[in-house]
Amino acid sequence: MTTATVTAERDYEPALRTVRRGLALSPELRTGLAGTLALALVSMAGRVAVPIAIQQGIDWGIRGPGGLDVGRVGLVVAVTVAVLILTTACGYLMVRRLFTVSETALAGVRTRTFRHVHDLSVLHQAAERRGALVSRVTGDIDQITQFLQMGGVMLLITSGQLVVTIVVMLVYSWQLTLVTLLAFVPAVIVIRRFQKRLAGAYGTVRQRTGTLLAAVAESVVGADVIRAYGVAGRTSAKLDTAVDELRTAQKQALKTSVTGFSTGEVAAGLALAAVVVVGVLLGVDGDITVGQLTAFLFLVTLFIQPVQIATETLNEAQNAVAGWRRVLDVLDMDPDVADPGAAGRDLPPGPVEVRFERVSYAYPGGPTVLSGVDLTITPHTRVAVVGETGSGKTTFAKLLTRLMDPAGGRVLLSGVPLTDVRFASLRAKVVMVPQDGFLFDGTVAENVRFARPDLGDEDLELAFGELGLADWVTGLPAGLHTPVGERGEALSVGERQLVALVRAYVADPDLLVLDEATSAVDPATEVRLQRTLDAVTRGRTTVAIAHRLSTAQSADEVIVVDAGRVVQRGPHAELIRDPESVYGRLHSSWLEQTR
Amino acid sequence: MPSRTSRDVLARGLWVLGQAIRTEPRRFLIGAVGSVLFGLLIIGNAFVIGNLVGRVVVPSIEQRRAEWDLLLAAAAILLGISLLRVLSIFGRRLGAGYMQFHLQARYRRAVTRRYLALPPAWHRRHATGTLLSNANSDVEAAFYPIAPLPFAVGTLVMLVAAVGSLFATDWVLALVGVALFPSLFTLNVVYSRRMAPRQIRAQQLRARVSAIAHESFDGALVVKTMGREAAEGERFAAEVRELRDALISVGRLRGAFDPVMDALPSLGTLAVLLLGAWRLGTGHITVGELVSVAFLFTVLAFPVRAIGWVVAELPRSVAGWDRVQAVLSATGDMTYGDAEPAAATGPAALAFDRVSFAYEGGREVLHDVSFTVAPGRTVALVGPTGSGKSTIAALAVRLVDPATGTVRLDGADARTLSAAALARTAAFVPQVPFVFDDTVRANLTLDRPGVGEDEARAALELAQADAFVDKLPDGLDTAVGERGTSLSGGQRQRLTLARALAGSPRLLVLDDATSAVDPRVESAILAGLRGGAGTSILVVAYRRATIALADQVVYVEHGRVVATGTHRELLASTPGYTALVTAYERAEAEREREHAYDEEVPA
Repeated sequence: MTTATVTAERDYEPALRTVRRGLALSPELRTGLAGTLALALVSMAGRVAVPIAIQQGIDWGIRGPGGLDVGRVGLVVAVTVAVLILTTACGYLMVRRLFTVSETALAGVRTRTFRHVHDLSVLHQAAERRGALVSRVTGDIDQITQFLQMGGVMLLITSGQLVVTIVVMLVYSWQLTLVTLLAFVPAVIVIRRFQKRLAGAYGTVRQRTGTLLAAVAESVVGADVIRAYGVAGRTSAKLDTAVDELRTAQKQALKTSVTGFSTGEVAAGLALAAVVVVGVLLGVDGDITVGQLTAFLFLVTLFIQPVQIATETLNEAQNAVAGWRRVLDVLDMDPDVADPGAAGRDLPPGPVEVRFERVSYAYPGGPTVLSGVDLTITPHTRVAVVGETGSGKTTFAKLLTRLMDPAGGRVLLSGVPLTDVRFASLRAKVVMVPQDGFLFDGTVAENVRFARPDLGDEDLELAFGELGLADWVTGLPAGLHTPVGERGEALSVGERQLVALVRAYVADPDLLVLDEATSAVDPATEVRLQRTLDAVTRGRTTVAIAHRLSTAQSADEVIVVDAGRVVQRGPHAELIRDPESVYGRLHSSWLEQTR
Repeated sequence: MPSRTSRDVLARGLWVLGQAIRTEPRRFLIGAVGSVLFGLLIIGNAFVIGNLVGRVVVPSIEQRRAEWDLLLAAAAILLGISLLRVLSIFGRRLGAGYMQFHLQARYRRAVTRRYLALPPAWHRRHATGTLLSNANSDVEAAFYPIAPLPFAVGTLVMLVAAVGSLFATDWVLALVGVALFPSLFTLNVVYSRRMAPRQIRAQQLRARVSAIAHESFDGALVVKTMGREAAEGERFAAEVRELRDALISVGRLRGAFDPVMDALPSLGTLAVLLLGAWRLGTGHITVGELVSVAFLFTVLAFPVRAIGWVVAELPRSVAGWDRVQAVLSATGDMTYGDAEPAAATGPAALAFDRVSFAYEGGREVLHDVSFTVAPGRTVALVGPTGSGKSTIAALAVRLVDPATGTVRLDGADARTLSAAALARTAAFVPQVPFVFDDTVRANLTLDRPGVGEDEARAALELAQADAFVDKLPDGLDTAVGERGTSLSGGQRQRLTLARALAGSPRLLVLDDATSAVDPRVESAILAGLRGGAGTSILVVAYRRATIALADQVVYVEHGRVVATGTHRELLASTPGYTALVTAYERAEAEREREHAYDEEVPA
């Protein structure tokens, strides 16, 4: 399965198959299932205890052979109370077990899915899909649990209740049972049809909720622009439309739901009337007693509840199954970049040598971004990779850090094919600083410690000092312990990148990959940082994906990528000698804007 | 104290419900009437069935002869009751549902209106996610108890009527009811109130689980390249375990409540059977009455739950209501004057006069900033990261107001100008381009008066965006998707620049708005703008090429204007400026020196 289909719903799989797949992936769900079912069965028997007691009480006690006998009624009541106590206890145990088992199993699924998503490259390749992936470990799983507990218990109890009720009914009178079932047939048919309409109506509600959220998000994220251009009227008109359309959809869904629900109500009335008429006729013929007929009237009311509940929960069930399917689809997806694990090798100690052998790469279904790249980067070298946007330089970085695997050829680090390197060894020795310098909601110290949880505050202060950032960090309101805010938003873009760089620095990698990591820092800060980085990169291999040619100028060697191929390489000074070359043109454009 | 707090929540929740009823009295009435009717029909149905058994079934079976008239009449009554009940269900559920939906819609409108009215400073203090849930889930939560509210009200009426009808039947059986109904009611209320904090905790944990997933997935690249997937997994798992435990505790409470709720009415029915048999023997009641009461107890338990549903939702409702009210009552709206700028055409003059600024509750970020942009001039705002350039840009177009000092447009305090005049005079292009989910054309015109196709086209040309727009599948009418996801960063920037130009602003404020645009294209754009001469320009810039096009440079450091002058003058007078703009050259020169040294003394 490719990443392209990860978030697309596969609606075609039958629900039962999804449930089977789900159970196969969560064997915990079956823990003690037999016991739970047994408890459920006993607790269901409680539902028919009262009608049976009514029948026994009337036929054996009130209208018994020797006339009214309160003692017999007392006996019947006593026995039934005992039964009820038992079934109530069983009901409690059943719900408890069900909750414990389902919550435990789904917590497992949640954690596993989360962990699995981190292994999938879709996460960092398709940013727009992240929201959908978050729903896989939140809303979708909530839907499954909610269904298992609300719908599942209800469905289990009510369908069991239906079966038990029918059995008791059959014991009393097969004719009346038939009459009852016939009375419900039209309702079942109508309800089934309503279910489809209901699913459609709720689908519209969800979709319009999405539209509304998008409109609200737009008005919030674009608040500055909306104000600056004085176009609040236009935006509020759009919001009002979204609000009203959602309300209309909600009303429509409710109307459909109530209509379906009412059908069950009508069926119950019909069944009650029919049972009375046919029951009396049967009684006249001596086929049924007063107690049995009375019990039947009680049983019919037991019959209607499951039908009505089923109307409501089946819709929920469909949503839950769809959610489950989406979760399973994510879990079923093989990570495109797999850890060789125990079978793999560790990188040899010391600085890393990089070798690309006829490496090519194309995004699935997309154009080729790199083709036939052959190159070696000797240990200790600081290399800058330059090229225009879309030339393939970012792909180069991703292949180097094994965020992706090449389509053709291979990448070797210190002679070891990258695909053979254990992740533990790879991530310890190769560190990349991504473009956006993402920070977690915590303090500056916590973010740096993300790379090395064992570092103390003094170590961190030392690291900031070594990078010439001691002044900057002490200038923060709470120094190292300044909260950076959600996504680091309490810091400026440039400051975030500073923290990201220190984080990479303390990781102490042998191969450092910088992906335009300093693009949002002002030139003076960048140069200052660059100079410090120059010092710390000594002794390790560094590959910088350069946005500004200042990076290239300070590198030992420049690799020029154009249209997926390496077109030039060599020291900056050498490359600028040919002004007509790709690098020559890039350089003159750079000069134009900096001088 | 907890019980007092929860009583407060209950009282506040009921107050919110009162507010809701006052807002939607008609729909509430429909729901309540339907619900009362429903309750009365339940009682009626039980008595019809009892009478049916007593007056038709028993004699018919005893005498082996059906009384057809009575039998058919009874069947007809049962059907009639059933149809009336359908009617009552429609009234109850549609009344309640429509009431709920209308309240939601009303408050969503109100909340989003506030979002548009509240100033950018307020927006900066509130996370997007919070504002989204204020308008969505908080509004929803505030009115959750509305759905079962009419049902609960109807049930209360029904309980009173049931007790009345029981006493009318037989006081002994009535006592069973008097014992049973309050205990059902109490059990529901106690359950709901014990459940509420558990539910709230589960909800909080859900939010935390979701926040961790969001953050972790957003930072996936960092997580992966640092090899911290396992640690992230553990961080997530720890929170998931807490959520699991919270949900299991919810389940345990429910496990105890549900079966007891089912058993109580059954016990009542059994008591009625036993006591009824005794009362039957003493001749106080008939078989029909016994069956009526027994049946009533069987069908009564369900509606009583509605009361529990309302009580259970109250804490969540209060929390949602409070958050919604926080938005609705937020203050700090920018008030606009009604002045028009002195000049209607031609480039505007911008002046900062001793302006200082601090974000609410934060440190002062601008101190005593003064500078001017003369009509038709281009001024570059230069300074290190975090020196306050973006804040100056926001002040220039009055997205925020100064703490002290004045920002003047054509000599008039910006605060005295009308909102429309401001929007017409000054155009702002932010650092991060914002594109509406609409067509290219709509993004350019924004339905502004006097901005039509011709203006849009001219602006696209000036912003060097005409070529790529022409290549889009539907040209100007191409939908750009949410936040313009179908466009590249540079394209989005040029589109937002064109949007600013389309309105022929007299002052253009660019906050590093061309960072993703190719330098050559940027130079062409700026040169074109200067050629037009209809606009004064304030541009936040890093690039030397951009700075070179400016008539004047304002150099800021730590929120202060350090120097003002031409590029050349500042190079001569201001070491900080020189250090910033010549950073690359100096670094290069230094490298060359080191290089020369390295060659002389081989390592």
